Amino acid sequence: MLSDDAFKKIDREIAKYPADQKQSAVMAALAIAQDENGYLAQETIAAVADYLGMAPMAAFEVASFYNMYDLAPLGRYKLTVCTNLPCALSGGVDAAEYLKQKLGIAFNETTPDGLFTLKQGECLGACGDAPVLLMNNKRMCSFMTTEAIDQLLTELRADLRGQAT
Amino acid sequence: MLDIEIDGKALQVVEGSTIIDAAHQLGTYIPHFCYHKKLSIAANCRMCLVQVEKAPKPMPACATPVTNGMKVQTHSEQAVKAQKGVMEFLLINHPLDCPICDQGGECLLQDLAVGYGASASRYQEEKRVVMNKNLGPLVATDMTRCINCTRCVRFTQEIAGLMELGQAYRGEHAEIMSFIGQTVDSELSGNIIDLCPVGALTSKPFRFSARTWELARRKSVSPHDGLGSPLIVQTKHDKVMRVLPLENEEINECWLSDKDRFSYEALNSPERLTRPMLKHGGQWIEVEWQQALDYVAHAFKDIAKNHGAAALGALLSPHATLEELHLGQKLMRGLGSGNVDFRLRQSDFSQDGQGTPWLGMKIAEIGSLDRVLVVGSFLRKDHPLIAQRLRQAVKRGAQVSLVHSADDDQLLKAHAKAIVLPSQLPQLLAQVVKCAAELKGVSVDAAITALAVSEKAKAIAESLLSGTRAAIFLGNFAQQHEQAATLQALAQLLAKITGANFGFLGEAANSVGGYVANALPGADGLNAGQMLAEPRHGYLILNAEVELDSARPLQALAALKQAATVVLLSPFKLPGALDYADVLLPVSPFSETSGSFINTEGRVQSFNAVVRPLGETRPAWKVLRVLGNLLNLPGFDQDSSEQVRAEVLGAATPTPEFVTDRLANPLSDVANNVANNVAIKLDAGPNGLERVADVAIYSADVLVRRAPSLQKTRDAASPAARMNAVTLQQCGVSAGQELRVRQGEGQAQLFAVLDAGLPDGAVRIAAAHPKVAGLAAMHGAITVEAL
Ligand code: SF4
Ligand code: FES
Ligand code: FES
Repeated sequence: MLSDDAFKKIDREIAKYPADQKQSAVMAALAIAQDENGYLAQETIAAVADYLGMAPMAAFEVASFYNMYDLAPLGRYKLTVCTNLPCALSGGVDAAEYLKQKLGIAFNETTPDGLFTLKQGECLGACGDAPVLLMNNKRMCSFMTTEAIDQLLTELRADLRGQAT
Repeated sequence: MLDIEIDGKALQVVEGSTIIDAAHQLGTYIPHFCYHKKLSIAANCRMCLVQVEKAPKPMPACATPVTNGMKVQTHSEQAVKAQKGVMEFLLINHPLDCPICDQGGECLLQDLAVGYGASASRYQEEKRVVMNKNLGPLVATDMTRCINCTRCVRFTQEIAGLMELGQAYRGEHAEIMSFIGQTVDSELSGNIIDLCPVGALTSKPFRFSARTWELARRKSVSPHDGLGSPLIVQTKHDKVMRVLPLENEEINECWLSDKDRFSYEALNSPERLTRPMLKHGGQWIEVEWQQALDYVAHAFKDIAKNHGAAALGALLSPHATLEELHLGQKLMRGLGSGNVDFRLRQSDFSQDGQGTPWLGMKIAEIGSLDRVLVVGSFLRKDHPLIAQRLRQAVKRGAQVSLVHSADDDQLLKAHAKAIVLPSQLPQLLAQVVKCAAELKGVSVDAAITALAVSEKAKAIAESLLSGTRAAIFLGNFAQQHEQAATLQALAQLLAKITGANFGFLGEAANSVGGYVANALPGADGLNAGQMLAEPRHGYLILNAEVELDSARPLQALAALKQAATVVLLSPFKLPGALDYADVLLPVSPFSETSGSFINTEGRVQSFNAVVRPLGETRPAWKVLRVLGNLLNLPGFDQDSSEQVRAEVLGAATPTPEFVTDRLANPLSDVANNVANNVAIKLDAGPNGLERVADVAIYSADVLVRRAPSLQKTRDAASPAARMNAVTLQQCGVSAGQELRVRQGEGQAQLFAVLDAGLPDGAVRIAAAHPKVAGLAAMHGAITVEAL
C-alpha cells in the first residue's frame, strides 16, 4: 500500500513529536501517502492510522476536512480555484466559469482525457493576487485572467507532450 | 470555592466548575444539546448561551468556567434572544419530520423547539440531505436529522474506547459517520441511541413499533452479567417493547451494555414455551399444569424410592433469581439429595465450602483504583461496564495489567500484559508472586521461589507495589479454569503481599446469589461437574441449556440422555431439551416474575414482574413451591417471592441493600495448593495444542442466545478455530481453511482464523455455541487437522 520509503518519511515526521503523541504527525503522513499514491484510498488512510496508532475514523476526519487531500483518483492536473469572497469580488468566479467552459467540465469533474480535474477551493491567503488557483496542491497561480488561464493550460499540455517524447 | 449568582440566586461552587454545573446544582435548567455530564466538553451546539455580566456577548454555559463573583442570567432578554437565534440555525437544515420520527415525544430538539423555536421558518432555501449509514443491526440512522453535536462521537471515543464514529468533511458538508462502510461494533453501542438528542440515531429493533407515550415504564434488573444493571423496561399491552438504563451512579452510571439493552427481544421470541409439555411415547404433548406437576412429583418420588435420593440432581442457572435458586435447592434437599449446583461452567471445585466469591469491594470504587491486575478475563465482552470503569481509571492515571490466554484489545492502555497458554497461567501468576515477595522481603513457598521470573511478571509485580489502591480480580476465564483454585490461591497470596483488594468478577447475574441461596452441593452432595460425570437417574434443570452452558458439553449431553427423567423449567422450548427432557415446564423469564439478583458486589436488587406471564407460563418460584407441596415437603408454603427472599436473607429488614455479612472470598490453603499445583501442566495434545475457550458475549445465556438483533452483530459470529501464525504453520493449515477439530470423544468442523493475540500452541474456540457442542471441554488438549 505504501512503500518503505514513504514509511521512512513518515517516521521522520513522527520523530518531531513526543513518543506518545505519534498521531500529531497525521497531516504530514497523509500528505506523504497522497504524494505517493496520487490520492488517499480508504485502505491508505487505514494504513496511515494504523501506523500512527489512531482510529481509522480519526484519520478520515482529517483527510476529509482539508481539501488538499483527495479521496478519489483525479486527473493529472488538479486545478483548485479559490471562490471565497475576496476572490469572488475580483473575478474568482469568472475564472472558474471560464475554466469550466474551456475544459467542458463542472467542479469535481475530470476531463475525458484524464488531464484536468476542476475543484473549488477556500481562501489561499493571496486575496490580493485574485483570481488565484492552485495546481496539484503545490503550485500557486496568481492573477488568473482568461489569458493567464489559456497560457497555463497550453503550458501544461505542452509539458505533457514534452514528457511524452 | 467560588461565589456565583445565577438568575439572582447565590451559591458556591468548587473551582473548575462550569456555569452549567453550577446551574444544575441550583436546579436551574439551561437548554443544551452537546453537553453531557459524562462526556468531554465540545461546546459546538451553542444552545446553552447565557448572559454573563460584563461579558460583551453571550457565553456557552457548558464551556465557561465559573469565576469568583460571576453573575449569570439564563433567561434574560439577551440570553433568550441568543438561544432562539441558535435554535433557528439548528432548524435550518433539520427536516422537521417529527410525525415520522421515532424520537418524537422524547426528543430534546423537539422539546426545546417548543420553548425556543419560531412557529414558522424564515428559511426558504434548499435544505441539506445527509445519506443514512448502516451502523449495524442495533442502531438505525436518519442522518439528515443530525445536529452534529458529536455526543455519539465522543461516546465511542471516550467511553467505549474506540472512535468508531467521527465527523467527516467540513462545514455544511460535515456528517457523522463510521469509517467508510464499517458498522459500530462496540458492546456498548446502544448508548449512542440514548445520547443522540435528536432522531438521528434510534433503536433498530424498536423502530416504528410504538410511541414513547404509549409505553408503561417499569423498573427491573438485568439478568445477564454480574453487574446487575438496573433497567427501565418499557411495555405496551403486556409486551416488552424496549429496555433503557435506569441510572445508578454506583452500578451502571447512565450506561447499559448492548446485551442488557437488546436481549429483551428474546422475551417475545417464537421459541417461547407457553404450555407445560410431556413426552409421551416419544411425542411431545401439551398438558395441563396439574398433570405435568403430578408427573414430575411421581417421577422424582419413584427415583428416590428405587435408586435413593442421591440419584437425583438439580442443575440451576446462575441467571435464575435468588428465590428460584433457594426453592430449587430446598426441593432437592427435601427429597433427600444434596446434589445441587448452579456453577455449570466451573471445572475446579476444590475451594468449595469456604465462602462466597465476590468482587471484594464496591463497584463504584473501581474507578478510584490506581493499580489493577485482571487475571483470566475477556474483560470487555464479559464485563462491558466494569471494563468501562477501568478504562476511565486508566485515563486518570491508573495502571491496569492483564494476565490472560488471549490478547483481545480491551480498548484500554494496559500497563503490562502477559499472555500465556491456559496451563501456564498458574506459573505466570506465581512468577508475579515471587517478584512481589522479593520486592517486599516476604518469604514464600519454595515451589514459587524456584521459578524464573519473566520481564512481564516483573513489570506487573512492580506496578502493583507502586500504587496506593490496588486490586486483583479473577475473571470468568480464571474461574472456569481447570486450576481455578490454584489461580485463586496465587492471586490471594499476591493480594496479601501487595496489600491489594482481591475479588472475583461475577460471571452471571446471580453468581453471588447462588451462594447466598446455598444452591450448592452439601457435604454429601455432588457438584455440577460430578453430577454430569457420574450420571444421575433424574435431573431438575432450571433455565439452562446444559449442553451449552456446561464446562463439558459432551459429558453433559450423555448424562442427560441416559437419565430416566429430565425435568426442564424454562421460558423456551430449548432444542436440546426436546431430545433429552421428559417434561417441559414454562417458567417466567425475569420480566414476568418478581425476584432478586445479588450482583457481584453483594447488592441485593429485587424487582417485580413488568408484564404478565406469557400463555400458561408461571413464575419458577411458584412452580417449585407447588412441586414442594405435591411432594409433601415441609416449608413450601410461601405466598410471595418476598417471603421466599425473607427466608434466605432474614425477615428483619425487607431488603438489606448489601449482604456483606455473607460475603467472604474463600480463603484457600495457599501453601499446599501452590506447592502442589504450580508445576503441574495440563496434558497437551499430540501436537501440543491447548484449547482457549471464551463464552462469546451473545451466547452466554439462554435469553441472549435468542435475541435476534444481537445475533446479527459481529460479536455473535459463529465460532472459529483461532490460532496465531506459528500455530497455524505448526498445524500445517492456513487461515480461511476448513478444519476438523477433535477434543476428547468429540469433534467439530470449523474455519481457521488468524489471531495474532494468542500464545503459541493455543487454539481459541468459543464455547456455548451449538456448533462446538461436540467438543469435549472448555479446556485441555485439542487437535486440529485440515479437512
Ligand atoms: S448523530 Fe445524534 S448524537 Fe451524533 S452528532 Fe448527530 S445529533 Fe449528535
Ligand atoms: S479569498 Fe481567494 S485567496 Fe483569499
Ligand atoms: S451545550 Fe453548550 S455549546 Fe452545546
